Amino acid sequence: MKIRKLLALAAAATMALSCTAISVNAEESAGVALEDLKVGVIYIGDENEGYTAAHMEGIDEMMEALGLDESQVIEKTLIGEDETCADAAFDLADQGCQIIFATSFGHESYLMEAAAEYPDIEFCHATGYQAASSGLSNMHNYFDSIYEARYVSGVVAGLKLNEMIEDGTISSDEVKIGYVGAYPYAEVISGFTSFYLGVTSVCPEATMEVKYTNSWASFDLEKECAEALIADGCVLISQHADTTGAPTACEAAGVPCVGYNVSMIETAPTTALVSASNNWGIYYTYAVQCILDGEDIDVDWCQGYSEGAVRITDLNEDVVAEGTAEAVEEVVASISDGSLHVFDTSTWTVDGETLDTYEVNGIEYISDGYFHESEYGSAPAFDIIIDGITSVVE
Amino acid sequence: MKKEPFLRMSKRESISLWKEALIYFVAILLALIVCAGVIYALVQMNPIDVYKAIFDGALGSKRRIWITVRDTLTLLCIGVGLAPAFRMRFWNIGAEGQILVGGVAAAALMINLADKIPNVLLILLMLAAAAAAGIVWGLIPAFFKAYWKTNETLFTLMLNYVAMQVVTYCIIFWENPKGSNSVGIINQATRAGWLPEMFGNDYFWNIVIVVLLTVVMYIYLRYSKGGYEVAVVGESERTARYAGINVKKVMLRTMAISGAICGIAGFIAVSGSGHTISTSTANGRGFTAIIVAWLARFNTFAMVLIAFGIIFMEKGAIQIASQYGLNESASDVLLGIILFFILGAEFFVRYKIEPGRHRQQE
Repeated sequence: MKIRKLLALAAAATMALSCTAISVNAEESAGVALEDLKVGVIYIGDENEGYTAAHMEGIDEMMEALGLDESQVIEKTLIGEDETCADAAFDLADQGCQIIFATSFGHESYLMEAAAEYPDIEFCHATGYQAASSGLSNMHNYFDSIYEARYVSGVVAGLKLNEMIEDGTISSDEVKIGYVGAYPYAEVISGFTSFYLGVTSVCPEATMEVKYTNSWASFDLEKECAEALIADGCVLISQHADTTGAPTACEAAGVPCVGYNVSMIETAPTTALVSASNNWGIYYTYAVQCILDGEDIDVDWCQGYSEGAVRITDLNEDVVAEGTAEAVEEVVASISDGSLHVFDTSTWTVDGETLDTYEVNGIEYISDGYFHESEYGSAPAFDIIIDGITSVVE
Repeated sequence: MKKEPFLRMSKRESISLWKEALIYFVAILLALIVCAGVIYALVQMNPIDVYKAIFDGALGSKRRIWITVRDTLTLLCIGVGLAPAFRMRFWNIGAEGQILVGGVAAAALMINLADKIPNVLLILLMLAAAAAAGIVWGLIPAFFKAYWKTNETLFTLMLNYVAMQVVTYCIIFWENPKGSNSVGIINQATRAGWLPEMFGNDYFWNIVIVVLLTVVMYIYLRYSKGGYEVAVVGESERTARYAGINVKKVMLRTMAISGAICGIAGFIAVSGSGHTISTSTANGRGFTAIIVAWLARFNTFAMVLIAFGIIFMEKGAIQIASQYGLNESASDVLLGIILFFILGAEFFVRYKIEPGRHRQQE
């Protein structure tokens, strides 16, 4: 993880440097002087919750890369998806922030309220989808191509399954994975599908069962959900929910698991394989740099491995199968150079058929033999339940 | 030889207003000193700075003042709703659920009737529907208690969870996009069903509704026959029956009123501030309001102060969390200490303590 973090930092630094070089030339563009800059951030949780912790880390990276002072960043934690989000956004605007970030899906419409009232302030919303259609030029969406990292973590899981089949822990006809999802919509569906495709790229006999907690962060629900999946015969668990609930259940049951956001090795030292994780620092550095330079921020921003915006955490060497590190390196390289497409239509079917067309909001997403995830909007669009996956919506 | 205690305590017959005020003042002062000690012990920060930040967070700008007012009004409204129930010693722990069903009824009309009927009519319908839903939610446990003596504490508490499931169920139809569990702001573009801005103020109607309810409830509890019956039933059901009061009727009527006002609080939360519906629309305020109603001893004007105090601390909490990087739980600790002292002060208001008479008996 350290090396990746360093790499990411280096990437952020080079980006910052190259952008600064430009800003010297474009003196007239109405940029904000570094010492006058104020950044506001609205978090759904606090440092005790993985998703928010990852965002906080990204903000810290941005501050370091651009040389911002602690007092120039105002962070509001534990802001719910209701009027308190609008309150927070207005308050940050009143305090003179030039750019305001909000991190949770449900914050979006409240952020738009503030964006409409403060046209001179830039508002950036993670995981949302309405910026382009909002008609507000100061409203932006951003996300990372986390599906790439999930695919890679799926490869790690698939190799582990192969090892378990080889050493006889499980037989090849009972390779069922369990997935603890938050809510049954595109962001989560895209996530588990990419994970599953990563698994089947090395272990084609695997199937997957998905259950939902209907909450982003509930330790108890996630733990119970994982326990239920294990009781259903799942031999490996992954998650798209924000706590350590699932790994805790897995450690107790001795079932290998793949986490999200943060490394789960501390929680599950003998069962955690790896976690898929976002590197939000890349975006925060980019967006704030735009403010300094007086440049426009992308309406929809989504980057993945090629920009260093997603990653997997350190492999748990005691648990992963032999040769995993090499396999990961190879897959990451081919994702980065664009030779491997996660949602390659030749690797999955729906009702036994290969899809060659799929529209989301009137936009054709399938062309050139793959589903162009996150290319027409930063929020994930893949909401198809493919063969091999059972989605249990209660 | 009879041993005399060092201190004697006895119930006060009455207490003058200034003495009562003095006791509370001393309690709050002591609470602030203890809080300061805790702040310094835990994080070595200047407590005065922290207090200043709390004040700043609640009242530091025009917008912050209005947000504090808005949330005080909502909490006050719930407290006013709970007052008659608690006065009757009917432990209505179900405000949370009554708010939610009120909110869900309002949201349902807001979503389905937007732009189909005039806005004024829509808002009035929403208000009526929210009150009606609250009445139903209040009457169910009242009916069971009146006729079969069920335990209202458990009953109302359990109805909260039922209400939460009702909301979850409705969200499945309203969420956008499907599966995200997020309804978002309802009618964001048209503002249909939103309490309209008046005199440049978004919360004018919130103020009108809640102030009206507060005044009417004060008069009802203090000067009306119905309010008197509530008090008598609260003191003793047998006395009430002996005096010819129809206890069942009073119970049903009181809980209908209580539920209706809590339902209206749900309407205010949906139409007057949040413009959305979720399982956290009530957000624990149904429970916080119990403290408001109880501490004010059902005097709805005293509730204004207490509701304000609680919201003040809550808003201050957000500020110290972001300004000093203190976790928001820090302010829960402070609020807890303050409530502890205020509740403790109640004891000194009701009882008097005197030194024991140390006379030796021969």
